[in-house]
Amino acid sequence: MTLHELLIQPFVEFGFMRRALVACVALGLSCGPIGTLLVLRRMSLVGDAIAHALLPGAALAFVMFGYSLWAMSVGGFVAAVAVAGMAGLVARLTPQREDASFAAFYLIALAGGVMIISMRGSSVDLMRVLFGTVLAVDDASLLLIAGIASVSLLVLAAVYRPLVVECFDPGFLRHLGHAGAWVHGLFLMLLVLNLVGGFQALGTLMAVGLMMLPATAARFWAAEVWSLAAVATLIAVLSGWGGLLLSYHANLPSGPAIVMLAGSFYVLSLLVGSRDSLLARQRSQRSHRKA
Amino acid sequence: MNAVLAPSAVAAISPAAPLISVEDLTVSYRQHPAVHHVTCRFEPGSLTAVVGPNGAGKSSLLDALTGRVKPSTGRVQLGGLPRQALGYLPQQSGIDRSFPLGVLDVVMLGAWPQLGWLRGATPAQRDAALGALAAVGLAGFESRLISELSVGQFQRVLFARVLMQNAPVILLDEPFNAIDTRTTADLMRLVQHWHTEGRTVIAVLHDLAQVREHFPTTLLLARECVAHGPTAEALAPQHLRRAQQMAEQWDENADWCAATAARSS
Repeated sequence: MTLHELLIQPFVEFGFMRRALVACVALGLSCGPIGTLLVLRRMSLVGDAIAHALLPGAALAFVMFGYSLWAMSVGGFVAAVAVAGMAGLVARLTPQREDASFAAFYLIALAGGVMIISMRGSSVDLMRVLFGTVLAVDDASLLLIAGIASVSLLVLAAVYRPLVVECFDPGFLRHLGHAGAWVHGLFLMLLVLNLVGGFQALGTLMAVGLMMLPATAARFWAAEVWSLAAVATLIAVLSGWGGLLLSYHANLPSGPAIVMLAGSFYVLSLLVGSRDSLLARQRSQRSHRKA
Repeated sequence: MNAVLAPSAVAAISPAAPLISVEDLTVSYRQHPAVHHVTCRFEPGSLTAVVGPNGAGKSSLLDALTGRVKPSTGRVQLGGLPRQALGYLPQQSGIDRSFPLGVLDVVMLGAWPQLGWLRGATPAQRDAALGALAAVGLAGFESRLISELSVGQFQRVLFARVLMQNAPVILLDEPFNAIDTRTTADLMRLVQHWHTEGRTVIAVLHDLAQVREHFPTTLLLARECVAHGPTAEALAPQHLRRAQQMAEQWDENADWCAATAARSS
């Protein structure tokens, strides 16, 4: 088997592989920076919670309209925004912190979603919603995913500065007359949008993997916000490409293959990354400068 | 790391420092006043220390000046100066020091009113930021990450950001907490320099010896204004005793303040 056959041929030969690749690249482009900002805002687990919160909305749409892209996307979006909104509201109205109220609402949503699907659908349907079908991405889903990625990147570019400052020194941003809550809400909307896009391809359980694993891995290579986001994007895109090939050649389910590869990048970075990895730490302990 | 004062790096102050007046100001949390019917004036170009026991409402007073909290009674007048034009040094506890940002980026935040969300910095603004770093004794640190700095070095960076704001009125919230004597001395020289330039400086402080040595005016606060005037008089023993007594009077079920009740009925 030549290198060409191994790495490129499947995409040349099959339209569904090409569409899956484009979907993964688009998702990677926007998930890289969003995942990075999630980690920096100490919201790593909020992504997971929101991904689960999509489920009841998507499930309800699935029961009502069948496997319809638009219905499930809108349903998932509404459910996730509702969960995020309620969690934020509880954090505002009571002393309970946002992470705790997030946990409560997403667990309710998850249970509701599974219940709805198992009442009306078969377990195959449940698997489809939970784990996605990147190889069945059609032109409409592709447009949706690419549209979400484009909008996300444009919005991120516009609010990048307040987003970073709100996280680094919230008091200073408030002093300048900007409401931090507004920036935070906009960022949550982008997060929900991207998870809706990801859920088409990777399913509700796996969508967050392509967002968080590259971002956590990037921390072992880069030191500034922009470079962290760039490395995370690169890892996400590589994971998508490699994961599709892995699933093609080894006949593995594609969603888990992509996320497993992203996970491998994380473990590799943790071990041998150039900054603060286990290897780098051990090396830096052996020697030190004079001053 | 000697602080080299380089006023030439920073443009002339504009606009001139206004009179700041606080009238009948009350700030309350859960209906208990942190600042209670305080009236005072900060003259243009004055250098004032705000002192008082813990919970005396010092930070709340600064928050009311910057507009971060809404007063329940009274008002703050900045003589036409927009609130964003106040220079402000927050406490480090509210800042994520492990955040992956470069030193120069943090200093450049001082130019936010000019740069906003999208504009890039001009070479002149970059030079001003480098000049501010040099003025706080951190020349050559511009490309370091803030996570690599010590607490004292980071405080110098925050002072450089205030320098970059080039504000006629500067508010400092506990600027020398957990800072070593050398850094404190360097930064105190900068505060003195602001005073000679005619900027109004209001600093929340704990170290009374430091206040007596460097600050001509003092506001002694214990929820209410205990004394306000020349430092030697404001910090007289009887005033300090009274401030301490007032701070200890905390009553969960205190009666409603008559001044507010009269107004709301």
